[in-house]
Formats: sequence, structure tokens, C-alpha cells
Amino acid sequence: MNIHEFQAKELFEKFGVPTPAGKVASTPEEAQAAAEALGGQGVVVKAQVHAGGRGKGTFKNGFQGGVHLVSSAEEAGEIAGKMIGQTLVTHQTGEEGKLVRQVLIAKSVDIDHEHYLSILIDRETNQPVIIASREGGVNIEDVAENTPEKIHNEFIHPTLGLQGYQTRKLAAKLGLTGKKPRAFGKLLASLYKLFIESDCSMVEINPLVETPDGDILALDAKFNFDDNALYRQPQIEALRDPEEEDPREVAAAKFDLNYIGLDGNIACLVNGAGLAMATMDIINHYGGEPANFLDVGGGATKEQVTNAFKIITGDPNVKGILVNIFGGIMDCDVIAHGIVAATKEVGLKIPLIVRLEGNNVAAGKETLANGGVDLIAADNLDDAAQKAVAAIAA
Amino acid sequence: MAILINENTKVLIQGITGSFGGRHAKLSLDYGTKVVAGVTPGKGGQTFEDVVPVFDTVDQAVAESGATVSAIFVPPPFAADAILEGVDAGLDLVVCITEGIPVIDMMRVRAAMEGSKTRLIGPNCPGLVTPGTGEDSHGGCRIGIAPGYIHKKGNVGVVSRSGTLTYEAVHQLTELGIGQSTCVGIGGDPINGTSHLDILKMFNEDPETEAIIMIGEIGGTAEEEAAAWAAEHCKKPIAGFIAGATAPPGRRMGHAGAIVSGGKGTAAAKIEALKAAGIAVAETPSTMGKTLAAML
Repeated sequence: MNIHEFQAKELFEKFGVPTPAGKVASTPEEAQAAAEALGGQGVVVKAQVHAGGRGKGTFKNGFQGGVHLVSSAEEAGEIAGKMIGQTLVTHQTGEEGKLVRQVLIAKSVDIDHEHYLSILIDRETNQPVIIASREGGVNIEDVAENTPEKIHNEFIHPTLGLQGYQTRKLAAKLGLTGKKPRAFGKLLASLYKLFIESDCSMVEINPLVETPDGDILALDAKFNFDDNALYRQPQIEALRDPEEEDPREVAAAKFDLNYIGLDGNIACLVNGAGLAMATMDIINHYGGEPANFLDVGGGATKEQVTNAFKIITGDPNVKGILVNIFGGIMDCDVIAHGIVAATKEVGLKIPLIVRLEGNNVAAGKETLANGGVDLIAADNLDDAAQKAVAAIAA
Repeated sequence: MAILINENTKVLIQGITGSFGGRHAKLSLDYGTKVVAGVTPGKGGQTFEDVVPVFDTVDQAVAESGATVSAIFVPPPFAADAILEGVDAGLDLVVCITEGIPVIDMMRVRAAMEGSKTRLIGPNCPGLVTPGTGEDSHGGCRIGIAPGYIHKKGNVGVVSRSGTLTYEAVHQLTELGIGQSTCVGIGGDPINGTSHLDILKMFNEDPETEAIIMIGEIGGTAEEEAAAWAAEHCKKPIAGFIAGATAPPGRRMGHAGAIVSGGKGTAAAKIEALKAAGIAVAETPSTMGKTLAAML
């Protein structure tokens, strides 16, 4: 799960991670008032969408840039008026862009140096790792590729937590002097606490800046949260912005379906995440393009299957559907009943290829045969993928 | 021989009175597995299916039944505690089926398990099966949620992160008349107890295992590490498959661990690593069995 920049800022404030003063605004008037409160001049207006590359983005109304430095509160209101309600296109949003509904009004700061700082869970050592570099404000993958010696990793013991010497060691590696190592230590301790207590899977600050006044501030932040832990993080779950998510994925989540929309035209309905991925792969292998990843899970009900059908057929790009079920424990007949109910309800007009295998498969096939569903039966996964690709080409 | 479990293994089920745990405990009993105890706090004294005594704690269950292996079916908020309870009771093997455990919980569990004698398989896994000699492999040891009847006793070891892809491979082998020694689902989470490499080493040492199928998926570098070891040390032929070549970067594909981040963990890199290690990589998931058969 991702959150907006202004929400990240609010989390930082709550946990005591220093960040420039700022406020979110939903109207030009609010933006002007927020800028006024920050002193008017030296204020930045930032469009709030879940995508990077905002500064270099273009609005569909022709307005250039999703991040602007302004010199007065009036100008802040004026710029906010050109952003709010408009669609911003960046290299991460795709052509359709993202609707801007809010802007962040933040105090601009003078910068002496830009660093990089992140925390994530390292799956090789099974512990959190802090990654820091003096080369901030740029793409960190490039730094890692070209100058790996400029990236510093510090592993944290999962039960001991972050130790003081570790923050001092990193401060020294970042070349911080004077009162700055102490400020950095405080910031890092707060950030680590935030990371653990909020069940983050990643938090990234790029850039982390040194100011001429000797302050260390988080200028931007990117968060990822562990979806498995959201049940115990209601305050994080509340930050979810469904408007920023694929509406098909939001619908699927309601029915406990694991769905990810893709750009192809063959929809898949599969049980099990591994098999669902493998089904996409085999469609691709035979020259087709999968329209989605969809795992209905090991204990899917008839209702879930019906709703899954509605979601995948709601995608206008979909020209055919491949159902691939290996009913180990799951009853194939349950799936078959779901397919019959769904096709009746949806009124299927595109080819449907079904591969059923496993538990109670004979009953499942009979249900499909008696259900009056116009489908193409497949003997195995290979056969199913080839038939699906052929069916949409016809 | 097989690995980890055999037809004599005594199994206890944590969460046996829940609908999920109960259903699969029953299926294991029907398969002929020695399910000797169940544990559900507050339900001690009950009897499951008229044959399996239920205890309040794992400690009691182990003392009374002599179980050495546990299968965990408790909900995610209680799963880390259940694993540690199994470790505390000195079990040889804890198999955690539960899906959706917070990764920070698993990180702490792994740290707490340092130096203990217990091996953990999972979480978020289908468990493991050592097929028996009866009809539809009846009489074997089935721990977890895999369909027992698709197996056949034999000499191929199967290891995979994914449940349904394991079933797909096992089904293909059985259809070809090729049996299995032990089939292990290590689970789809980013932090788990046992890796592909751990299982490869066991298969390599197991006299009953003559060949291996290793199924991987995008995310992390566990498959690469296993392949690098196999190139140097594995005496047995290995067929492999990697799922997720068409997955978009940065998205979690169902399994919490199946995510390509920062260009790491791609299917292409894994396939290359497997091939470089002399592992025969199946081009599609429907040819896993055939690919292995060609090596025998």
C-alpha cells in the first residue's frame, strides 16, 4: 500500500522525524491561506498523486510542472488553481495521467547537501537494513550500479533494534560534522521507530538534506506498508486513497480476490498465486497477452468466482477468458457452478476456455456441460493456452 | 527414507478445532498419516473425530503423544506465537500453513529460533507430502493442505514456493508414471524458515531421491543461491521452472515474496542462473514433468 506525500509528512511529524513545515490544501483558497501561514514567500506548491516525476510532468490543460516554487501567498493560490481538478501526466502515470485533488504547501529550504536514506527488510539476512549514501537527490539505483562504494548498509538486529553506535557510524560515513551527527542520530532513531511500529516494508527519504543552519531534514518520502500487517494498523489503513488505485483492483479486494490489472487481452482466472503467474507466462509463451493476474485462492466460493468473472469481463480490452483450475483440495464443481452462474448473469460474448483438473473434476465438467455454457474445454494447461490464443485471433 | 517426514512420523495439529485446520487434519487422517494430537488453547480434553486428543498447549501434546512434527493452521495474528510454542516444545519440524503473517513477526521469529533444534517450513506454504505405497499413495505422511491422491511413491523430490504449481508438477509426474520421494512447499513469503537450498541439500543426501524438480518464482535471490550450490555439489539431475516472467515490476503477485524490485529477482535472471548451473529449465509450466523425464 502507498500513501501521499502530505500523509508521509504527517507520519514524520507524529514520530518526530524533522521535515519542512507544510499543509495540505484542496482548494486555491486553502492553498493561499496555508502559504500565508508559512510566511508567503519561499513556499513550494506540490501536486499530490501516487506517482514520481511530478516536477517534470505536464498537466492535460497544458500547465507545466507539478512542483512550483512561488514568491507570494497569492501566487500559491493561483498555481494551486491550475493544478487542482486537473490531470497530471508524468513518466510514471502512463498517458492517462492522474487527477490532482490536493496540493501540498510546504516551506522551501536552503540546501547545503543532499543525502539518501532508506530502511527496508532484507530478505537474505531476514533483518532490517538501513541504506545511506552521500549521493542523494538522484536515482539511487544508478549510484549502486556505478559507484557501489558510496552506498552504506547497516543491518539491525531484529530484537535488539537500532543501536547508538550504528547511527554514529552512518553519520561518519555520510561525512556529517559538528552538531549534525547528533541531529542525524535523533532523526534515524525516530525513523526506525516509525518503520517498526507502522509495519513498513520500506521507507525511503530522497533527499535527506543538510541546511546552512545545521539542520537535517527529510525533504521527500516514499513509503510501502506490509499488506499482511494492515489488520493491526488501522491508522495506516485509513490513509489508503482508493481514487489512486486501479478500480478493478479495488473491486477485487472487496471479494478477497487477488487481482492485478495488465495491458493484454486474455483474462485469466486461476487458483493459486504461483499457478496464476505461470498461466500468464504460458499465454505469453504462445504469443498472447495476459490482461490480468487473478488468484481466486484455495477455498474460493461460487460468489467469489461470479464476482471474479464480472471484474475481468468489465475490462474492455478483454477478448477472451482462460480459466485454469487445479483443484487440489478445492472442489472443481464449486468453480463450475460459479462459472455457470457468472456467464448467465454477465451474458458472456467472448470465447471462454476452461481447463479443470483435480478434485471432483468429473462433476465439475458435468455441471459445465449441463449449464448451457458455450465454452472451449481444454485437456491441460498447454492445450488451454494455445486454444485461448487461437480463439482471440479468430 | 524420503526427507523430513515418513509414514511413521507422529504429527500434531495446532488449530485442529478451527474449520481450516480440522478439515485438513481429517484429510491427513484419511490419507493414513499418524495425526496423534491437536492443540487449541481452551479446548483441551476434547477429542477430534473420535480419535485425536486435543490439548491446551503444545508442551502437553508432545509429552502425551510423542509428536515430533507440528502443522500450524492458526490465524495470522497468532501464528508467530504458535511457531515459537512449537520451537519451545522441542519439535523437530514445524510446518506453518498460515498465510498473511506480518513480515516483522517472521523476522523476530527467525531471530528467536537461532540455535534451536527446530526446523521451520513456511509460512504461507502448502506443507509437505511423503507418498505412501497404497492406492492413490495412501499410507504416506501428508502435512498441510496438498491433495494426497495426486501423488505416487517414487524417487523424485519436488521443492517449490507455490502450492498449486507443486500440485501441477506432481500431477504431471504421476501421469507419466514417475513417483515422488518427498514434495515440499517452502512457502511464498519473503521471510521463511527453509529455503530451496536447504531442501536441495537434503534431497542430495537422501538415497531414495534420484532426481529433483525445483520450482521457483520472481522475487529475492533464493533460486540463484540454490542453483550456484547445485552446480558444485548436487549429484542428481535437476529440472526447474521459474514463474513470473510476465509479471510487471514493483507489483506483489499474490505471494508476499513475489515482487521484482530495483531490477532484482526477475524471472530472466533466475532462469539464466538455473541454466548456468546445468539445471534443465522447462519452457512452460506444462512441461515440468516431461523435462525431468528426459533427464532420467
